[in-house]
Amino acid sequence: MSGDIILRTHNVSKRFGRLNALNGVSAEFRRNVITSIIGPNGAGKSTYFNLLCGALRPSSGRIEFEGRDVTGLPQHRFAHMGIVKSFQITTLFPQLSAHENVRLAAQTRVTVFDMWRPRASLKMLNEQADFILERVGLGHRRDRPAALLAHGEQRALEIAVALASEPKLLLLDEPTAGMSPQETREMMDLIVRLAAERTIILVEHKMKLVLGISDWLIVLHHGELLAEGAPDDIKRNELVKRVYLGQRDH
Amino acid sequence: MLLGSATSVAPDTSERMRGFLSFAQRRRAWLAALFLILFPLVAPFKALAAMILIYGLYALGFNILFGYLGLLSFGHSALFGTGAYFCGIAITHFGLPWWAALALGVLGGVLAAAAIGALAIRTLGIYFAMVTLALSQCLYYLFYEATDWTGGENGLTGVNVKTINLFGFHLDFVNPIVHYYVIAAFVIVALFALSRILASPFGAVIEGVRESEARARASGIDVARVRFVTFVVSGAFCGLAGALLALHLSIVPIETMHYDTSGLAVMMCLLGGMGTFFGPFIGAAIFLLLENLVSLYTVHWQLIVGAAFIACVLFFPRGVWGTILQRSRT
Ligand SMILES: Nc1ncnc2c1ncn2[C@@H]1O[C@H](COP(=O)(O)OP(=O)(O)O)[C@@H](O)[C@H]1O
Ligand SMILES: [Mg+2]
Repeated sequence: MSGDIILRTHNVSKRFGRLNALNGVSAEFRRNVITSIIGPNGAGKSTYFNLLCGALRPSSGRIEFEGRDVTGLPQHRFAHMGIVKSFQITTLFPQLSAHENVRLAAQTRVTVFDMWRPRASLKMLNEQADFILERVGLGHRRDRPAALLAHGEQRALEIAVALASEPKLLLLDEPTAGMSPQETREMMDLIVRLAAERTIILVEHKMKLVLGISDWLIVLHHGELLAEGAPDDIKRNELVKRVYLGQRDH
Repeated sequence: MLLGSATSVAPDTSERMRGFLSFAQRRRAWLAALFLILFPLVAPFKALAAMILIYGLYALGFNILFGYLGLLSFGHSALFGTGAYFCGIAITHFGLPWWAALALGVLGGVLAAAAIGALAIRTLGIYFAMVTLALSQCLYYLFYEATDWTGGENGLTGVNVKTINLFGFHLDFVNPIVHYYVIAAFVIVALFALSRILASPFGAVIEGVRESEARARASGIDVARVRFVTFVVSGAFCGLAGALLALHLSIVPIETMHYDTSGLAVMMCLLGGMGTFFGPFIGAAIFLLLENLVSLYTVHWQLIVGAAFIACVLFFPRGVWGTILQRSRT
């Protein structure tokens, strides 16, 4: 199935006022593999990422998901099609418990506007939420408000909430940002395990971190596609080396 | 020994308090119903008790948007007022029975909310407050000018309902006690409905949108539509409150639509505790009791009520009920 393309961008650009944050990027993302988007800070990774998940609309260009033109659809439609993101800066429902965070995300696949049934009667969702919490190692934090969790736990909950939407395509923006080396290792293991069942697009500015787990890499620089290829090719690529040269933590 | 027993008593009582509060949370609608049934036995005047119910219901409807969804509207008087006028016009102009007039009052609240909501939900924060205020003022002038229908600045008089006919029973609506319990019955139904909505999947969605719009969107929630629907639900409760006001007063004063009345809802919610189930009723009770008692002694009652409001905000930053809930948690 290596030739099966799940997502494709044609010449997408994004301008913020006069700033060209992203300039005519065309790329393809294969199904059921990990593709990483790398590049130094300010390269346009998060901007590209937000176009891919529908959080931003491209200024020009086209986005195709499973062969369908999805350019300009509202973000909640992206989520219903199975494209779900996690945030670079943790974005949860802070006052709600870990369990309710996950349960609510799962609920939106089933119903949003049902005002009459008690939510506790949707038993399947409760069980699913508990299952996902266990999976990311937060079973013991079930009833704690998200705001009171430790940083690493919040990052894990962020993944759990994204998983609750049952994504076909999971987009992760610097999931290890601010984590200890131990937590980072655990997160990377988790991502590899999750990749067994779905497509993953990972944004990361530390190249070393993702070289080992990625099947394909896309390198952005100054809003443009600098290079793409398998990890071994990217490692040897002169352009990429030059861009990362002088960066402290590559 | 003395010390030992003293320290063991303290956690015991707070434990009991917490137990009671969690019980109050689970059985919130039943508790509120019980209270409303017993309330006239302690309230100084039955008419005031009925006003507390009606304004409590109005503040409750407002609280759905303000406390639970986190949107501050300065236009809720339009929903309340349209409900009152629809009910009043149904009786005075069309001679419809009381129950049809109440239903039309709810419809009035819903329609006004849909009209204002459709235009306002694209804005946020202070802009949302301003747009709702402006639109409610438009409705105010519409009703003010339509003298033939609304009585203009004199208000709509003659909304007289003398008996309530229900399943063959004829209840004497002029009798203050019967009058109170008829209104209480509708408020109790509304309380159960709200409790149910809050506990529903949609109730969870409302909280989610309040907590994080970005997260809600990423999880597949159409945030604009949730806002709109919540506004309309809020309108249904406020419309019912307005309709009950028309029946209660036998008149719809034009002030019902005035932006003062919008401010009243904000004040009652803040006094009682925004985003809490009992808060709006507690806020309405404090405000109306103060107004009625203080105005017996001085014409400058607004000064005293204003000072009391400031004191409340200082000492109960989350409103009276909200602060009690918060204290018990820590
Ligand atoms: N919402 C925005 N408004 C204006 N400029 C932005 C916005 N988001 C990003 N930018 C700018 O676009 C460029 C790319 O940013 P970003 O995509 O966040 O880079 P990266 O994630 O690779 O660090 C930066 O110069 C950044 O300042
Ligand atoms: Mg970034």
